[in-house]
This record gives sequence, C-alpha cells and structure tokens, in this order.
Amino acid sequence: MNKKNKVAATTNWPVTILLILGCLTVIFPLYMALVIALKKPSEMTNDIAGALSLPKSWSLENFSEAMRVTDFWHSLGYSIMITVVTVVLAILIHSLAGYAIGRCMAKSKFYKFSYLYIVSGMFVPFAILMMPLVKQTAQMGIDNWFGVILCYLVFYMPMNIMLYTGYLKNIPIALEEAATIDGATTWSTYWKVIFPIMKPMHATVAVLTALGTWNDVMTPLVIMSGTGANTLPLAQLTFQTQFGTNYNLAFASYLLALIPILIFYLVCQKQIINGVVNGAVK
Amino acid sequence: MKKLSRNQTFMLITIPVLVLFFVFNTLPLIKGFMYSFTNFKGFGSYDMVGIRNYTDLFTDARVGKSYLFTFKFAVLATIVTNVIGLLLALGLNGKIRAKSALRGIYFVPRILGGLVVGYIFGYIFTYILPALGLGSSMLSSTKTAWIAIVIVAAWQAIAQTTLIYISGLQTVPADVYEAGAIDGATGWIQFKELTFPLIIPFFSINLVLSMKDFLMVFDQIMALTKGGPAQSTESISYLIYQNGITGGQFGFQSANAVIFFIVIVAISVFQLNFTSKKEEQL
Repeated sequence: MNKKNKVAATTNWPVTILLILGCLTVIFPLYMALVIALKKPSEMTNDIAGALSLPKSWSLENFSEAMRVTDFWHSLGYSIMITVVTVVLAILIHSLAGYAIGRCMAKSKFYKFSYLYIVSGMFVPFAILMMPLVKQTAQMGIDNWFGVILCYLVFYMPMNIMLYTGYLKNIPIALEEAATIDGATTWSTYWKVIFPIMKPMHATVAVLTALGTWNDVMTPLVIMSGTGANTLPLAQLTFQTQFGTNYNLAFASYLLALIPILIFYLVCQKQIINGVVNGAVK
Repeated sequence: MKKLSRNQTFMLITIPVLVLFFVFNTLPLIKGFMYSFTNFKGFGSYDMVGIRNYTDLFTDARVGKSYLFTFKFAVLATIVTNVIGLLLALGLNGKIRAKSALRGIYFVPRILGGLVVGYIFGYIFTYILPALGLGSSMLSSTKTAWIAIVIVAAWQAIAQTTLIYISGLQTVPADVYEAGAIDGATGWIQFKELTFPLIIPFFSINLVLSMKDFLMVFDQIMALTKGGPAQSTESISYLIYQNGITGGQFGFQSANAVIFFIVIVAISVFQLNFTSKKEEQL
C-alpha cells in the first residue's frame, strides 16, 4: 500500500500524455481554419496537404477581403452593442428583481408567486416563442437590435433571478437593517450595501449572459434579419452563399468571428470558467 | 418627495419586471397557443380550424421524423458527452503536469459559437476525412449525417460537462480515497464504489443540462446539413423555424411548438424527480 501511495504522488505520465494528445481534437479544427484562412485559393490542392500544410507566403489578404464582403465592422459593432447592453441591463435589472423577490418570497405569497412564475420560464423553449415574437416585435416597431436586447433580457431572466436569489440567501439581512437604522432608504441601501456584495454573482451572470448572447444566432436571425443589420454569427450565415467555394475567404471570415471571444477568453479565462461552473452548479 | 417604504420600493421594482417578462414570454406563449388552432400562414387572413393542426401533427411524417431524429440525437449526444466528459475530468483532476493549461485548452469549445464551429467541421467532414480515405462525406448519407451532428455538438458540450465533473471531483475529500485504499478499493472499484456515488449530484446536473440543450439543437444543423440529406437531420427547432417562418405553416408549426413545449416540460420534470430520488437514496 505504501508503495502505491508513493507512486500516486508523482506525476502520472501516461495520463498526461493522453490528455496532451487529446488536446489535438480541440486544436486541430482551429489550426485548420487558420492555415486555410492564410492561404491563396491556388494553394488549395485536392490532397490533404493542400489544405493542412502551412501557407507558402503569409497573407492577410483573405481577412481584409472577408471584412469587406461581410461588412465586418458593422456586424462587430452590433454584436458588441447587443452583448454589452444586455449584460449591463441584466446585471442591473435582474439583480434588483432578484433582491426584491429574494428578500420577500419567504413572507409574501405575491413574491413567492413572482419567483415561481419567472423561474418556470426556464422550461419554455425558444421555438414556441419564436413565431409570435417575430409578429409582436414587428407590430411594436422593435424588430431590430433593440427588440433583440429586450428578448434576451427576458430569456435570461429566469436563470439570473434564480442565481441572484440563491446568492442572496447567504447575505445576512442584518447588514441592510444597520443601514436602514442610519436612515438610508431601501433603494440607496441596495446600491451601497447589497449590490457591491453580490459582485461574484454579477461576474457569473455577466459571463453566462455574454456567452449566450454573443454566440446566439436564432434570435437575431428571426427578429432583425429584415433590417439588413447583422451580428457576427448572423453575418456568417447571411454571407455563406457569397463565399461559394472560396474556402480561404470563408475561413478568414469564420476566424474573424471567433477572434473577439478568443481574446476575451485569454484575458478573463478564470472568470469565464468560474462563471460557467457557478451558473451550472448553483 | 416622500420617502418610499421598503415594501413600496420592492413593488416598484417587481411590477415592471413582471410586466416585461409577461410581454416577451407569457404573451407570445399564449399567442403561440392561439395560433396553433388556426391555419395562419404567417401573413394574410386566417380561420380557426379547431384541433385539426394537432390531429395532423400525429400523422405528419416529416414531424414524426424530426421528433425521432431529435431524440435519437439528444440521447446519443448526452451519452457521448457525459462519458467523455467524465473521463476527461478524471484525467484532468489526476496527478498530471500542465494541469491548468490543459484545462484551459479543453474549455475553449464552450466559448465558440455553434454556427461557426459547424461550418469549420462541415469542411472537415466534406474534404478532410474523405481525403484521409475514410469514404465519402458523412454529411451526404442519411445513415451518417446525424452522427456527424452528434460529433460536433458533443465536441462543444464536452467542455462544460468536463468542468462540472471536475468541480464535482474536487468535492470528494482525499481521506475517502485513503480509507478506501485500506479496504483495497483502487482503480475501477474505487471509481464505482467511492467516486461516482459522491458525484451523483453533478452527474444529474450534467444530464439535465446537456439533454435540454441537445433537444433544442439548431445552430449546428443550420451550419452542417440544413436538415438534409432527405430531411434526415431536421430537428424540431429547425423544422419549426424552417416551415413556420419561411414555409407558410405558421399555424401548424405553432401546434408543433406547443407539443414540443409540453415534451420539454415533461422531460424536465421527470429528470428532476428521478435525480432527486437518486440523491435521496445516498
């Protein structure tokens, strides 16, 4: 037994090597996308080397062409605007609502009902809301980026309110009572005391909401496709036919769509991983 | 201005949030339900047709096929994702080198958009794998196209599943293994008798989350097959989008969406009951 424990305490090389090899399944598609994006169509021979070898001359031409064809900067702008506004509003509105509902649902039937009503929205698939929402946003004149943001605020509400009310259970009510005795209103107590304490949950909500909205195709596809405006993923779908068989151009465009979120991941890897785990486990 | 009481403040927060939620979730849900009793095409006038859409649904071969595909896909993808995710988690939680770098790489697929990932894999299935001598494209045969979608969806979902399993494994205290080792529990027996029972809550989270996501699959199908070949990979969400919004079956697909909604609720309730019973047994 002793011997076994000693062995276990050192590095398990077979597993380490297997895991490193396994990484190839993640890296290969991205590597392939990158080398194809850097090549000229003439370098793409029919064999496997034509697609996967490193390009003979590094050229960013495909990227600038892809930017032009897909109207990259506009799509990027819409993607950033929709994601940022959604995340900021989600943190402000969902945390407030989570606070009001979370603090009162033990005593009041109205808040208990509100909680169950909103959280049960988690079971509603987008497919059933999709067609009526297309009609409704058009009638309201918000079949554009603004309507998309409103939809997101509602789609993420069940999850976010559940996260916030759950987190709030661990924040002692005495903290607020102390502030109230000093004469502060509930409103100002919230922003001065509770909102800052919920910071870890804001990070989780921000990560989950941002990943979801940034990568979503379906909502902008059905709601804002008539406006001529695209988000980054939607632009890939819209211009797919224009890429034709020019895969070099297509891959340059795909990479352009992936780069912003990859950079974001490199910068905030820890927060993103924590956010995803917290969101699922809590 | 008169100071608002705590209750008034909470009401002023909660009521607008409830209204917002009602307008963009409950209202479209009700409207979808109402459209399901009409022959609305998405434009022009329409009549009430009673429950004809529902009776037609059960005899419509295309709808039947889409349910069959969606369930087949979701079950296989859930199994693949959880088996590989658990294996990866055991490896990544073991005594290995470069732990955080490996974890960081394996998480990358989670942050990428499903549509663009689908396009990249589409190229791998269409050109790279056949060039390696693995027959013709998986996407062109009705027998293999759905497997290709399982592969892509699992490739992305494994990232989050693994991470949740890792956080589960970290809750298992080291002395459990030490005590087990005294009784001779190592390797497979250790996993079966000690590790797995202790991470069952994480197992159920993963089952519920991945199953629900897979049942709503859309992006990968849009990118890889558009429902083909021969409508063999039309998921329920894709069919509702395709025929409901662009195919003039607004009313009929609304009925389909209502049934889909009921199915999702039934499965979620079943899974939650089932897993909470399992957890009680421990």
